[in-house]
Amino acid sequence: MNLLISGGRVLDPASGRDGIFDVLAAEGRIRRVAKKIPPADGARVVSAKGFWVLPGLIDVHAHLREPGGEESETIESGSRAAAAGGVTTVLAMANTQPPIDNPQQVRFVLRRALEKAVVRVLPVGAVTKGLAGTELTDITSMAREGCAALSDDGHGLMDSRLMRRALEYTKNLGIPLIDHCEDSNLSLGGVMNEGRLSLKLGLRGIPTEAESVMVARNVYLAQLTGAHVHCAHISSGDSVDLIRRAKKKRIPVTAEACPHHFTLTEEAIERYDTSAKMNPPLRGRRDLAAIREGLADGTIDVIASDHAPHELHSKEREFSQAPFGVIGLETLWALTADELVRGKVLPPLEAVRKLTQNPARLFHLPGGKLSPGAPADIALYDPRAEWTAERFFSKSSNSPFIGRKFKGRIAATIVGGRMVYENGNFPAPEEAA
Amino acid sequence: MKLDRKDLLDIESLSVEEIDLILTTAVPFKRLFTQSIKKVPTLRGKTVALLFYEPSTRTRVSFELAAKRLAADTLVLPVATSSTQKGESLIDTGKTLEAMKVDFIVIRHSESGAAELLARKLKTHIVNAGDGTHEHPTQGLLDLFTLRDKKKNIAGLHVVILGDIAHSRVARSNLWGLTKMGARVTLCGPPSLVPADLAHIYGKSVRVEYDLEKAIRDADAINVLRIQKERQMDGLIPSLSSYTERYGLDPDKLRSAKKDCLVLHPGPMNRGVEIDSEVADGESSVILEQVTNGIAVRMAVLYLLAGTKL
Repeated sequence: MNLLISGGRVLDPASGRDGIFDVLAAEGRIRRVAKKIPPADGARVVSAKGFWVLPGLIDVHAHLREPGGEESETIESGSRAAAAGGVTTVLAMANTQPPIDNPQQVRFVLRRALEKAVVRVLPVGAVTKGLAGTELTDITSMAREGCAALSDDGHGLMDSRLMRRALEYTKNLGIPLIDHCEDSNLSLGGVMNEGRLSLKLGLRGIPTEAESVMVARNVYLAQLTGAHVHCAHISSGDSVDLIRRAKKKRIPVTAEACPHHFTLTEEAIERYDTSAKMNPPLRGRRDLAAIREGLADGTIDVIASDHAPHELHSKEREFSQAPFGVIGLETLWALTADELVRGKVLPPLEAVRKLTQNPARLFHLPGGKLSPGAPADIALYDPRAEWTAERFFSKSSNSPFIGRKFKGRIAATIVGGRMVYENGNFPAPEEAA
Repeated sequence: MKLDRKDLLDIESLSVEEIDLILTTAVPFKRLFTQSIKKVPTLRGKTVALLFYEPSTRTRVSFELAAKRLAADTLVLPVATSSTQKGESLIDTGKTLEAMKVDFIVIRHSESGAAELLARKLKTHIVNAGDGTHEHPTQGLLDLFTLRDKKKNIAGLHVVILGDIAHSRVARSNLWGLTKMGARVTLCGPPSLVPADLAHIYGKSVRVEYDLEKAIRDADAINVLRIQKERQMDGLIPSLSSYTERYGLDPDKLRSAKKDCLVLHPGPMNRGVEIDSEVADGESSVILEQVTNGIAVRMAVLYLLAGTKL
């Protein structure tokens, strides 16, 4: 069926379009974008007047917990959370139980996604077997089965020799390696940012250096191998500096930042609030400002959620013993729009680019643009809708943003030309006529 | 005046007036100890549960005696100490005690923020008897009581806290209490155990000095902290003997302080490590008085908290 989205403000960084256009989708793909497209017979017309029409967002960093952690999230529930956040493609990290560390597991995720997910879910394969950091996985076969990237995320890859070998593989395969940059010796036992607040609260700190020394390592190994290293969830100003300098030297390093790191500081922990506990931890004001600067000047290419669901009871405990992680799929665009666009850090088109065109380009994905022939993955954003973060479509609700009032909300999400999310509902696929 | 709060979790959130009230209330309780009948019926019919996730004989006994001398019933729950032992969650244990209509839970726990977590979830009065490396408010209060008892006024005193400040809840409670009451504080110990940032948390009256002799030059009191043997294994100090050489308080080093300088120690002491026996048992030492004062201060805390509505 044809779908005509009419009269919305189209923001398509790939074409540089920012203006009122109609978008026509047919057979799962974008057919035309033009000032005025007459509705063809039988086409469903969606009025997007007053809305922003964005390419479906791409989140390159989420934990969907399936297999093994289904009580906190599944591929199905996670995909619904994604759809509610305007995200049409999700990269699901490999640290499940068992981990996605062989071709069968890659196939499992792709099959579950096909059966259950309302958005596109692509597995990320582990770099090392069992995420143990000691033995490389069968990277070539996993890539052949369709994993979108490789990562041991959740753990840093400490062994630099192994990292170098992995990069030599991924270079030839043309898929990026995402590194969770953390020196686990420097961060050992830490549960929050190291500094005055950790001293005051009597909590073990994680110095920013635990991240930046590994970013530096990655820069040099990317230079050595010529392979693309993507640094996940950058939290410190030093990391931003390192990546900025590496990019000037044309070393193939890219980086992502998460909404919590450009919105909150460690002060959000206040009195041992475990919903503000994640890894890397929330940092100080200066680091937050540096992350925003890195986003503004293009050092940081991508915005990603690091959606990390945890059941309520596992978070309701002693701060040191609660798991790291916050959910983020459903607040990803809302925080980007609120903090970065309204906060004048990024013009709208640039903010959208970091969630569409950039991740598509870096991860070699077909979406992220509204040009004819591209997948008809679209998000409709109502910039005037007011809402409060309270309940989530995710199975978990470990968010530091509960109670926050937002202006602007995703109104509808379209995947492959089909409306998968509309004002709080997930319409069932229509029966084939 | 009464203490208008449900819990005692830290000294950080106490006002000067509240600290003063607790210290003043403890005075008549201490006087009680010199009488043949040391008990008052103030908390008769109330139950005080002592929930100890870490072994601590002296703090537990001190709280137990404080409760008993107020005629409360006490209930000691030594919880399995091994962190690998997966037991009931802290919140579930707390809720169970609440369902048993316990009036107070005195909690000692190895994790910072544990007392706060319990206080948020329960209506029962919570008294923090030490949470991780965060605070040990009744220890801080009894140290203040001892200083006031001996020196009349805390304001204007120069107090040195000596030892492993980074990992000490006693140090943090003392820092809040002393600075609020107008004392000057010098933190002293090896740099790995005394991060320089500590001088920026508690206001301008706190400084860090790594040279013991300089630190105690005009000190009115030195609070010596216990050195945990694990610090050596963590690589934070090269050896206990090298620590003792530089920072162990012995009569020779103590000579740089004022003549009437008091020596405090929260106990239990490692004699010959952080403190020399001659100092511990010497004229400057008020260590055993701290123990006595601890009961009076804890009685005051329980008494004042009970005065608030549940």
